Amino acid sequence: MEKLSYVGKSLPRKDALIKVTGAAQYADDREFAGLLHAAAVRSPRPRIKILSISDTAARRVPGYVTLVTYKDIKGVNKWPVVLQDYPFLPEKEARFAGETVALVVAGTARAARKAAALVEVKYKELPFLEDPLKALEKGALKIYGKDNIFSSFVIKRGSVDEAFKKAAFTVEGEFSTNYQVHAYLETQGAIALPEAGGGMTVHSTTQCPFYVLDAVAAALGIPYHKVKILQTVTGGGFGGKEDVPALVASHAALCAAKTGRPVKLIYGRKEDFQSMSKRHPGWARVAYAADKNGKLTACRVKYVLDGGAYSTLSPIVLWRGTVHAAGPYKIANVDIKTYAAATNKVPCGAFRGFGQPQVCFAQESLIDELAEKVGMDPVQFRLRNILEPGDKTVTGQKLNSSCGLKEIIQTVRKRSGWDKKIGDRESGIGNQGDIVTGIGFSVTYYGVGLGAKGRYLDRAGALVNIYKDSSVGVNVGNTEMGQGALTVLAQIAAETLNAPYESVRVEEVDSSKVPDSGPTVASRTTLMSGNAIIEAATPIRERIFKTACDMLISMGAGASQKMTAHGGLFYMGGKTVDFKRVVAECWFRRHKMSEQGWYAAPRTTFKMEDGQGDAYVIYSYSADAAEVEVDLKTGVARVKKIWAAYDVGKIVNPRLAVAQAQGGLLQGMSWALYENLVYKNGIMVNPNFTDYVMATTADKPEYDITFIEKPYAEGPYKAKGMGEVPLIGVAPAVANAIKNACGARVNSVPLLPEKIWNELKKI
Amino acid sequence: MSESKSNAGLSVFALKCAVNGERTEREICSSRSLIEFIRGDLGLKGTKEGCGEGECGACMVLVDGKAVNSCLMMAVQLHGKELVTIEGIKGKGGGLHPLQKSFMTEGAVQCGFCTPGLIVASEALLRRNPGATLEDIKLELTGNLCRCTGYEKVLSAVEKARGK
Repeated sequence: MEKLSYVGKSLPRKDALIKVTGAAQYADDREFAGLLHAAAVRSPRPRIKILSISDTAARRVPGYVTLVTYKDIKGVNKWPVVLQDYPFLPEKEARFAGETVALVVAGTARAARKAAALVEVKYKELPFLEDPLKALEKGALKIYGKDNIFSSFVIKRGSVDEAFKKAAFTVEGEFSTNYQVHAYLETQGAIALPEAGGGMTVHSTTQCPFYVLDAVAAALGIPYHKVKILQTVTGGGFGGKEDVPALVASHAALCAAKTGRPVKLIYGRKEDFQSMSKRHPGWARVAYAADKNGKLTACRVKYVLDGGAYSTLSPIVLWRGTVHAAGPYKIANVDIKTYAAATNKVPCGAFRGFGQPQVCFAQESLIDELAEKVGMDPVQFRLRNILEPGDKTVTGQKLNSSCGLKEIIQTVRKRSGWDKKIGDRESGIGNQGDIVTGIGFSVTYYGVGLGAKGRYLDRAGALVNIYKDSSVGVNVGNTEMGQGALTVLAQIAAETLNAPYESVRVEEVDSSKVPDSGPTVASRTTLMSGNAIIEAATPIRERIFKTACDMLISMGAGASQKMTAHGGLFYMGGKTVDFKRVVAECWFRRHKMSEQGWYAAPRTTFKMEDGQGDAYVIYSYSADAAEVEVDLKTGVARVKKIWAAYDVGKIVNPRLAVAQAQGGLLQGMSWALYENLVYKNGIMVNPNFTDYVMATTADKPEYDITFIEKPYAEGPYKAKGMGEVPLIGVAPAVANAIKNACGARVNSVPLLPEKIWNELKKI
Repeated sequence: MSESKSNAGLSVFALKCAVNGERTEREICSSRSLIEFIRGDLGLKGTKEGCGEGECGACMVLVDGKAVNSCLMMAVQLHGKELVTIEGIKGKGGGLHPLQKSFMTEGAVQCGFCTPGLIVASEALLRRNPGATLEDIKLELTGNLCRCTGYEKVLSAVEKARGK
């Protein structure tokens, strides 16, 4: 294989310069002539019947323009997400505190906010549901369908009851996890500009411009070709800018359509907390059975997610959680039942890990408990049961050779000094007074891409366009949100074309330039857009290479020689020509220097009835060891170091991959230890960064990160997907380390000092 | 202090200050916050609003060399003072500042929304304490939230820029 010029190298980020100088234009940084500003009027209570909405008082605010309600919707008042139960604006009933019930438009943002506060919503309070487990009880108040269930899945394999009867060892436990707020530093926002002829252009901070396209076209009742979505530089997403930017953008578009003027709608932090998506609170009861040799024989899971007031992405989040609920182990008998329940709280959706971290916390905590019962080291126990190439997952999917689970476990074991530390722990080495130290382990897998439940969306397009001056423009349908997509995709384009890396520019998404490429989620961008770029670039590459060869021959290289290409140069028989000259010659010869590419993920065979079949096209893998200190006097836990190893296929840009790992690890640690969003009587108590505590520089642990690159044949340059897998296993590794340190098994995230302290008192 | 009532009855203030090294005079509404003045009146959009409550540090600017959250300060408080925003952070000779260079080379930039605030806060620290230790840097930057990087590369970027 030819040596790679760009893929596999830590090339500089394409967008770093504009970001360090403050020149990058995020949504709120864009200005337009005649711009108006919108602000939302929000429901004050968990569930209300709307009697009337009046702007009489609001009209007195200088600069006031108009009120926008559901009556202004010319299209269909149904936001097109999965189940379509969420109206753009409510007509009779608002279902959670913070839901947008109307919008106000004014000359300045400050005037719009002031006027919104003066809009009078007359309402009658309705009884509401807060607890997802109570929502599933018979006789519960009904707020969705006949049973308050948005979605439910099963995985059935073998004979679970029998396996539990025969088992030498069994464990069972109940675990719960709280919300996680994305806390992207840039809040949600959009600007909508009415176009002549009834069209609408929308600038949106979003992971999913095509979801925005679907929603704006639906809300305005106009065809897609009159709507254009331009993704702005996006200040963080983590899943929080998957679905909800479509709602925000539709609201801005409704205001723009009514006023005939450009309208900007930028969220404040409090309303972003109250109304935008979150990681679902999760509840799981998990049981495992093992034989006398410590081989897992059965797993039973009941898993419930708190969906909130509307279903949004709950069905897909729940499905991913279902598929991965038993962990990356060989288990012949499995019974998994999962539910997403409706409550009158903020609708939950996508967050890095997408329904996996909640159940992974339960399942990996319990694997430690089982290892202890069996009398095995937790790492040994995992190695005995771990999936290897050729093994089948609990859905019956046979894993191919791109599975480095065993190697990543061994890597983390070795690098963390696991065996010695476990020994030290038993003899109390490392403890100082009231501060005790422990180490914990976890291992996870992550299906890359949308999988069987999202298979119709799992395709992506690309446009590769080489200009006369040899600069290369690339358009894709997946987005940069901080993870480094513009850089990694430029590396892939440069590699395929043998173009200098500096000459390639990948643009933020313009929905009119590439076909619907699905969402930027599920760690799918490198795989999907990368493959689409390769497909687009390959025919151009052939033209370029043929032309280069002709030029080198005419320069005197012997025709029998073999041409090589590297780093933007072409070599043959001692002669050299560069990309720029070759492109000029291609244009002179009137070659087509622009191509569209398309990639559709291979088919998956998973059946919803029994949960059997291939669920995802490929999996990425992670193993984590966390070293944690616990203060026995206060219950405060602090993570000192995390060792992690990943198999995410070929690494396209090592520096960016390490950055993804570090960011995911800290976000996972922060969720595990600190982040605690509180509801009381259906009202969010702490919608701000003062009372919602996240990890800062002072809490940062040391990181030790290793990649084991198991090539994926279908991936672009053998890559899989990186974005999410680092977060998933952190919480159970930390919880297992706390148990190891002080004997306290805490079954609920966040692992707050008071919970640890309470468990300590029981010992 | 020069204050008068405008026609609309709002209190107008004649603000004199230096902005990124240039003397500036503006008539502003006295209820204007510093971030509104920077982003709205001056059109300097590099300063970001992340929370509006002084918790995230994305809006940090230098006022007389000290890092402040511009969402927590009124514009009138800038009177007679010197403001430096991310647009005014420059290296010797007007090129990139060492912090900007090290944030790029260390890979401390991801979504970038917190980056201007982090660079401003780090600059204030290194001006005050050119020999700041890793612990000093960690402590100083606890007021700047970043949700992407896990902070490791941010800290190493500030260490790299130290003494340059």
